[in-house]
Amino acid sequence: MNRMLAIVEREMRKFFRSPVLMIMSMMLPLVQLIILGNAFGGKIHNARIAVVDYDHGPQAVKVHEAFDSVAANIATFTTVTYDDETTAREDVRTGKVDAAVIIPAQYSRRVYAQDAPAIGLVVDNSDQFMSSSLEAEMQSLIDALNQPVIQDRVVKNIALEIVELYPYVEYMKYLLPGCVALAMYISVMIGGGMLYIDDKARGVHEGYLVTPISKLELVMGLNVAGAIKAVLAGISLTVIGSLIAGLGTIFNPLADIELILLILGTSLAFNGMMFLMMVRVDDPLVPRAMFGVLNTLLYFPSGAVYPIAAFPKWLRAIAVVDPFSYAIHGFKAILLKDGGFAAIQYDLLFLFVFGIGTLLIATTLFKRTL
Amino acid sequence: MSTAIQPGPAINGNGPNSTGAAIAVENIVKRYGTFEAVKGVSFSVAEGEIFGLLGPNGAGKSTLIRMMTTLIPVTSGRALVGGHDVAKDPDDVRRMIGVIPQALTSDQDLTVEENLNIYAKLYSVPRAQRVKNVNAVLEAVDLLKWRDAQTKTLSGGMRRRLEIARGLVHDPRIFFLDEPTTGLDPVSRIAVWEMLNNLKKTRNLTMLLTTHYMEEADRLCDRIAIVDHGNLVALGTPAELKQSVPGSNVVEVQFNREHDLWKARLEAIPNVTEVQAQSGGVYRVLTSNGSQTTTQLVEMAASLGEQLTSLSVQNTSLDDVFVHYTGRQLRDEQVKSVFMMPPRPGAQP
Repeated sequence: MNRMLAIVEREMRKFFRSPVLMIMSMMLPLVQLIILGNAFGGKIHNARIAVVDYDHGPQAVKVHEAFDSVAANIATFTTVTYDDETTAREDVRTGKVDAAVIIPAQYSRRVYAQDAPAIGLVVDNSDQFMSSSLEAEMQSLIDALNQPVIQDRVVKNIALEIVELYPYVEYMKYLLPGCVALAMYISVMIGGGMLYIDDKARGVHEGYLVTPISKLELVMGLNVAGAIKAVLAGISLTVIGSLIAGLGTIFNPLADIELILLILGTSLAFNGMMFLMMVRVDDPLVPRAMFGVLNTLLYFPSGAVYPIAAFPKWLRAIAVVDPFSYAIHGFKAILLKDGGFAAIQYDLLFLFVFGIGTLLIATTLFKRTL
Repeated sequence: MSTAIQPGPAINGNGPNSTGAAIAVENIVKRYGTFEAVKGVSFSVAEGEIFGLLGPNGAGKSTLIRMMTTLIPVTSGRALVGGHDVAKDPDDVRRMIGVIPQALTSDQDLTVEENLNIYAKLYSVPRAQRVKNVNAVLEAVDLLKWRDAQTKTLSGGMRRRLEIARGLVHDPRIFFLDEPTTGLDPVSRIAVWEMLNNLKKTRNLTMLLTTHYMEEADRLCDRIAIVDHGNLVALGTPAELKQSVPGSNVVEVQFNREHDLWKARLEAIPNVTEVQAQSGGVYRVLTSNGSQTTTQLVEMAASLGEQLTSLSVQNTSLDDVFVHYTGRQLRDEQVKSVFMMPPRPGAQP
């Protein structure tokens, strides 16, 4: 036990004397939280739409009025009047405008005649986000134009009333759980993986191996130290990230206990996984090369930035065995929904079982000799 | 030129079963796949002795020391350290040894005292004893006033002294040092030698060190084993080893021009026992009568109308012992030839 604590003491003294690891492990997740949180999840504003009106009838005027209303209120787009469709199409293609609306000749007459009137929308679908946003906006305008002036006595359309359980979750808040897990992963990767292999290469482990320390004491010492570093990174990012994103869950003591449990489970799982991968590695280049690959392989399929339900089957299979998925699910359940222990119990179970399991395998594989 | 252990007093090969031996190695072999790094080496080290393993890089010295310190498993044979088998009782061996690795591995971010304390804890030294031991080893290596300094602020020599202190902090009986002065300047190297000699006297430590410095082995070691290509080729005290080489003096001579017959002519001079041709047209002539051989050599050159570029006479050194037993210089010959300066353009040969 004392020998294990000596290893922990050595690692922690080094850690606190050189705060670079702490700063580095929090830098990327914080930048990601601020930049991605602000860049994504917003709504389209001031897109430019070319309007080509070949009709100029009263119904076409109604369309123009609807466009003006959008421009004056939510400002999703503003309109630019074009004389011919060809120029408008060309300008969509070259990016001068984001879309073009074509009101064909005889549009008003066909509306009155109920003769399948149609308005054309030309979009640049190389930008899926912009085109789908404009399509949705246009569709809602068309739906509004389709509403009869005098309502039928019998309602023909079934309305869907949506009840949102939680206040509007901005993308930055949605990202926070992933950023907490990412900070812990980076801490484990640098503080556990890279430093461990660097120490091996420098001969520090040779120094340990000539002492009477047992295999278990050495593995536990290294992993307890790694877990403490990851826990500190996790707690720091949860607090700082919550304040930046405007989440108040951290002020609920019960939620704090649940968060601590999740952070402990996550750090155990990440450390176990990392140690298992590094237990037979000697080359200091290996963890550096693995850093980016593992980050992409584990972080992105975890639901941190995009819902797992939208993934193809093979990517979902990765998410099932990825500790990131359970960590992020748990953090979301507490930070965004304050879901209580029931919401995270299976995440905790997976994280602790995964962590203990990987550590046991790593201990078996650990060589007590060079 | 012999490459085998010679019988006789010069090569005093103690058997591994010698009573009271601190270290006893018996036919120890280390094999990596088909490559045999250590090929059945046997020797023993008495209590309180400083024993040197001398050999060039890649000779198998570090492999030997790593087997004795339980760092790598033994392929076959047996090594007893402090009476414990390294393969069967590795923890008992680890408790009684101190090891100084080749590289400087103390943590640079920690202070001198913190480094020592952590290693004392790894050996489960009780708190009160730890305080006492840390003070004692800091005094022994003359680092008392640097105890609170961060290791990264120390010079190379001081860091090496810290490594030695770290190896002693649990009060071991047997001390292994793998090339303890590699990378040190001459002044620091001499300081380390003096310190090791003092430690031997004050602590009655048994020391086994590896080195490729002849002078280090000569000044520090009670006995030396020469290791080459995984074999132990000679073993004895420095004096015994020097006596085992035919010729008590070495005449080093360089002629003004190269000639194929020089070696044969030098060998024909009376009292000459061996002639070694070296790079740059230099010949090392081993002789039992240095002054007489020098006179005859000068006379021979004069009679042939040749001039001597340089001439020196010295006693037999461990370098000559090494060349005698291994057939080559201690420094890697390949490296030497690679780094030999090319002749200056236009210079006379």
